[in-house]
Parts: sequence; C-alpha cells; structure tokens
Amino acid sequence: MNLPPDVTRERALLLLGEMMRIRQFEARCAESYGAGSIRGFMHLYDGEEAIAVGVMQVLHPQDAIVSTYREHGHAIARGIRMGPLMAELYGKRTGCSGGRGGSMHIFDASTRFYGGNAIVGGGLPLAVGLALAEKLQKRKGVVACFFGEGAAAEGEFHESLNLAALWRLPVLFLCENNLYAMGTALARSEAQTDLHVKAAGYGLRSIVVDGMDVFAVEQAVREAAELARSGAGPAFLELRTYRFRAHSMFDAQLYRDKAEIEEWQKRGPLITLTTRLKAAGLMTEEDFQQLLRAADAEVSEAVAFAERSDWEPVADLCRHVYAERASS
Amino acid sequence: MTTPAAATRITYREAVKQALREALQSDPRTFLMGEDVGRYGGCFAVSKGLLAEFGEERIRDTPLSESAFVGAGIGAAIGGMRPIVEIMTVNFSLLAADQIVNTAATLCHMSGGQFGVPVVIRMATGAGRQLAAQHSHSLESWYAHVPGLRVVVPATIDDARGMLKPALASPDPVLIFEPASLYNMEGDLTEASSRADLSTARVHRAGRDITLLTYGASLWRCVTAAEELATVGIDAEIIDLRSLRPLDDATILESVRRTRRALIVDEGWRSVGMSAEIAMRIVEQGFYDLDAPIARVCTEEVPLPYPKHLEDAALPNPQRIVAAVQRMFGHAT
Repeated sequence: MNLPPDVTRERALLLLGEMMRIRQFEARCAESYGAGSIRGFMHLYDGEEAIAVGVMQVLHPQDAIVSTYREHGHAIARGIRMGPLMAELYGKRTGCSGGRGGSMHIFDASTRFYGGNAIVGGGLPLAVGLALAEKLQKRKGVVACFFGEGAAAEGEFHESLNLAALWRLPVLFLCENNLYAMGTALARSEAQTDLHVKAAGYGLRSIVVDGMDVFAVEQAVREAAELARSGAGPAFLELRTYRFRAHSMFDAQLYRDKAEIEEWQKRGPLITLTTRLKAAGLMTEEDFQQLLRAADAEVSEAVAFAERSDWEPVADLCRHVYAERASS
Repeated sequence: MTTPAAATRITYREAVKQALREALQSDPRTFLMGEDVGRYGGCFAVSKGLLAEFGEERIRDTPLSESAFVGAGIGAAIGGMRPIVEIMTVNFSLLAADQIVNTAATLCHMSGGQFGVPVVIRMATGAGRQLAAQHSHSLESWYAHVPGLRVVVPATIDDARGMLKPALASPDPVLIFEPASLYNMEGDLTEASSRADLSTARVHRAGRDITLLTYGASLWRCVTAAEELATVGIDAEIIDLRSLRPLDDATILESVRRTRRALIVDEGWRSVGMSAEIAMRIVEQGFYDLDAPIARVCTEEVPLPYPKHLEDAALPNPQRIVAAVQRMFGHAT
C-alpha cells in the first residue's frame, strides 16, 4: 500500500486507531473464550480490519448494514459501543441484542445494524429488501451488505445480485474474499475464482479492491456509495483479504500452510499502515503506544462491563418470539 | 354468523383481491410483489387489474427467485414498508424456506426484540386440480411448527376478505395460506369479515354429538359430511381452526368437552402433522372428557398422484369423514 499524498496525521491516526480497537477487542475475545466466558461459535476478524474501517468512513448514520457471523469488526467500526458488544458475546442481558444472539448475531437498531446473519448468503436478500425500502420511501440511504467469498456459491447470492441490479437498488455488495470458506479454498469450490467477473454478469458495477489497504477500501466504497445514492444502482466490490486466525475457535487449520499465513501477515493492514506512517513522519512510536493504551483501556472497560452485567432471568425465556410492541 | 341484509355474493378470489385493493389504498407503505403478480395478473388471477390501478412500483413482478424476493420482503418490512409477498404455491415456498424460517422467524428474537418483521407472505396451498406431486401439497404445518411465525388459513369468503388487514397490522411475519381449490368458490361476504383476527378458531356449524376440527378446503368437505350425518341422526359441530399458529386451544376444548368426541380432518399428511398436534392438545387438556378415541381423516401417505381417481382417493372427502364418524359411534360402515 501507499499513503495517499493528501493524508493528514489526524486522519491517518484515526484510521489506524479504529483498526487497533478491533484488533485489541478481539484479542480479549479470544482470551475470554479460552477462559470459558464466551461460548458457542466465535469467528475473529484479524487481518480483515481495513475493510470494516474503510467502509464505515463512508457510510452515513441513515445507511443500513447487513453483516455475517464474522461481524465484530463491522460492529465496532460502525460505532456500536464495546461494552454492550462484549456483553452480547458473554450472553448478558446488557448485550446489544439482549444476550439472545451472541457473537454471530449482533443487532443494533440505533446504528441500523441488521445482524449478524449466520446463514451464508442469507443476508443478501435482506439487504436487497432494506434497499428497496430506501428507494420506495424516497430516502437516500444505501445498504452495505458484507459477506464472505463462500457466499458466491449460494443461490441467494445470484438471486440477490440479479434483483438488486434489475431494480437499481442502492446496495453495496461487499465481498470479503479471504480465500477460504471455512476450510475450503476458493479454487476448490469455484471454477471462476475472479468473483468480480462472475458478479459483473448480473449487470452491475463490479470491481476488485485491495482489502488490506484501508485507503483503497475507503476510496472504492466512496465512489460506489455516491453512485448508489444518486440512483445508479448497486455495486459489487471484491475486497481481497486474508484472515490470520482460524475460521472459528474450533479450527485446527489443517487446510493451509503456515508459510502462506506468514506471507499474508507481512501485508497485514495494521503493520503496513504503522510502518508507512512512521516512515512518512506522520506517527511516532509514542503516538502508536498511545493508540494502543486507549484501545486497551476501552476493551478492559468493556470486559468489566460484561462481567459485572446480569443474566436475563429464566422467567423471561419465551420473550421476543413475537414483537412486544405494535408495529407503527 | 351472517347478516343477509348486508351480504353480497362474490368469489374467494374476488374477496382476496378486495382485501389487497383496500390495503394498497389505505397504506402507502403497502406493496405487492411476487412472480407474475403484475402483467400476468397473478397465477390464480387474484391480482388481475391491480397493476393498472396501482402501477409498477406497488405491484412488482419479480424474477423466479423465491429466496431473494421473500428475503427482500423481510428486509423491506424492517426498513419501514408493509410488503405483501405472494409465492405461487407452498411447494415453491421451500425455495424460500431459509428466509422464512431462518430470517423472518428469528430476527425479532435474535435482536432481543429490537426489530419486528411486519411482512405478509401469501401463498396457495392444497390439491384437487390434478397438478401432481410438485403443485398439490399442503405443507402449512411445516411453518406452523416454527415459533416466530403466525400461520392462518382463510377458508371462507369473510376470512379471505378480512384476514389481510390484521395480518398487515401485525408486527410479526404472517403466512396466509389460500387453498387453491377455493378461488372459484362463491359465497356471501358479510360484515363478519371486518372482525377477522389471526388467533381465534370459529364454530362454523353448531352441533351436539361430535366436533369436526378442520381448516382450509377441508372445511367444506366437513360441511357436506355434516349434512349427511344429520340424516342419520348425528349432529356434528364444525370448528374452522383458521389459525394454525397460534392454535386456539380454548375454542377447541370448549367444543370437545361438550360433544365428547373429536375427529380431525386435515389435507396434510397424517404423520407428524397438524392432526397429531391437535389430538395431543385435546389429550393433554381434555382426555377425561372424551367418550371415544380421537380419530382423524388426512391425506393418504403418498405424493399426490396425477390421475383424478387416484388424487380423489388420496384426499379427505365427505364419504371418508362420514365413515370415520360412524365408526366412532360404533356404527357398521
């Protein structure tokens, strides 16, 4: 990656700081998982932070987000507070989904964050519908729909791209291509591994982006979002990235070489940005340490909040099966 | 039950269309989408004419993408619209089962109650038109299994006309099953249509000797059977369940406790279906009030065959219902 010529120190530190908040949050998630405080499936985002942070720089408060089960980074970058987020992972009643969802099902009405969908491909039709609602109500919101490259093999991917293109809906299809659908490499499941080529067949704007470069992500998403907002229809962005950790906490990673992981880690979004900023004189080691301390303090407070929060009483077990307030 | 002065005679199809028109006229957030609902006029001609009346924004033809357009209905609902999604038949709804079961039914719960899903999904169900094993099944019980969904089956003109309004007012996903064999049925539209709800069963015919519990197209098989039973001195009460989720236990049990006999008539297959659920609820709550074992008449355990004589033989019919009732009274059949 190269720094944009006009990048300011403030801007650069903000972007790096956001990525560090995600990285430090998830490091503590892994610790809490090891300690048994977090259970179930948990999927970490290490290596992919530039995508969440780049995308969220562009989105407006009125825009909507549909995400997957690997969504902690999206949630943090969107502005969901770490306390309720960590409490959700702990299953506590103060969690952002009331503890009912856990790691894979983060929801937050105030930031228009619609999950946390753990069916691969299942979020795409939902995003199309949210975008249809924007268009029919003559609002200017766009819908950012995250999914992994594994979703490209699902029928819902193809149905949704077609429908969004047909109706020119403001959806940003953000394909986080980390090369592995759980343990299946892209080339083992797709004859056409250039997914943007596949998507282009549906008649929408389709591009490839270096998902390890936060500036490249931001720039590409900004252009796509402006077009979508102006009525030009959806876009497909293949964001090439890599996850440094296992698929989930149960994954022994027998399907890929350590050398491959190490090679990608050299291109990591945090390490490369840190190196470039220092080389350009935009950041000192003390700046970096300050970002790290701030992130760690925020994470520690979130863990403390989750740990001191209460469990939902069993008497409430059958709540939220149906809505408790009338629709308006 | 009827107010003849106010009644007008219309078809079930017209009743559904009137309900759609009223919904579209009264709430700008409402729109209809599905395969062939627009230019074609609906595969059962239910929405014929609505495209000209409301335009392409609100009468939306979709590609043959059940999962995408059902999911889009769910998304549009949480985005502030009040969509009515039409799936041609319940058989095709299985292509959208992920969205209905994994998304519509779970979003409210997974979000800790932050989001309701006020979508209405209509689809035809049932057999009787020689359409063979991929267009004839009654799979509504599959959806009635799922917490988070509401499942209704209008069997009368009044309910066909009346149930859409409370369905659209509901903050939860509502599945409306329209028995395809009833679209041409004519009947009286009465002011009772304005009192339709999504949770109560209704006594369709009062009787003393046995309760026939049914819904959908089988209601009319029961009506014919009850008339025949009356000629042999058996006075059958008929309960139209109307809602399969929730089930109106109170109305079911009130009737069965009075008549002391219950026969369930269900166009679904017998095994692991509505009839088993209803029978078990009666056993749980009214076993000691029964004078005879609960019985049931269901579709034979076979994918529905094409030839008419075989299709007829597979489905519940008045003769099978009468015979089952007579067995319960110890009559030779």
